[in-house]
Amino acid sequence: MAEKKIEKVSIVISKGSLEGVYPGLIMANGARMEGIEANLFFTFFGLEAIMKKRMKKLKVATVGNPAMHIPSLLGIIPGMSAFATSQMKKEMEKLDIPPVDEFIEMIHDAGANIYACKATVDMFHLSMDDFCEQTDAIINVGKFYEVAAGGEIIFT
Amino acid sequence: MATKTYAGKTVEVDDEGFLKNMDDWNEDIAKEIAGEIGLGELTEMHWKVINFMRNDFKEKGQIPTIRRMKNAGGVPTKDLYDLFPGGPAKKAALVAGLGKPQGCV
Repeated sequence: MAEKKIEKVSIVISKGSLEGVYPGLIMANGARMEGIEANLFFTFFGLEAIMKKRMKKLKVATVGNPAMHIPSLLGIIPGMSAFATSQMKKEMEKLDIPPVDEFIEMIHDAGANIYACKATVDMFHLSMDDFCEQTDAIINVGKFYEVAAGGEIIFT
Repeated sequence: MATKTYAGKTVEVDDEGFLKNMDDWNEDIAKEIAGEIGLGELTEMHWKVINFMRNDFKEKGQIPTIRRMKNAGGVPTKDLYDLFPGGPAKKAALVAGLGKPQGCV
């Protein structure tokens, strides 16, 4: 029973927290590692992952996340998110998972395309200048479906 | 146990063709595996990757990630994808006589 191999994926990253961004990055990178064509489409707060001024500063959300096992009341203490973020980054470094900016560069060098969502760009009054150099284009949803044609779409 | 014969030497391999024992490996075997998976003639750059991977594995006990090959091995990610198209980490490990990489990055 030879299943048909996945040949192409387009991954939407819509969240701007560290834990919201990494799964999509790992999946895109992993796709390229397997020879699968990959597109990354950043929308809403996910755009922070490709914004020059923000991409190095993404943080883990410590409030409203039961799996953190921190009561939300403690999660709001100043420094809690920074602490959780630095702990998670340390663990990721052990696994050789790169920081966001280096990861984006690697994924782009691996041949994946990186797109910013036009609606969000307009809403937040952004322009190409706000994005890292790996950003290929700002595209609307219609264009996204065009570039995603023939592949799987994954929303994160 | 599956075996394969490369360059006149019979070696144990897993079901995906990765050498079971890295010490069975030699450069002629690497050349034959490269031919088998369509890489063609191995260039100096291929050898740089292969040698780095083998040395790093001996030192660290782990197959280096693509990031490590870039940062510690001096192999730009773009080049690695050009040298081993369609799955650089796996194909490079296969040619280098190492096991299948198990990490996610």
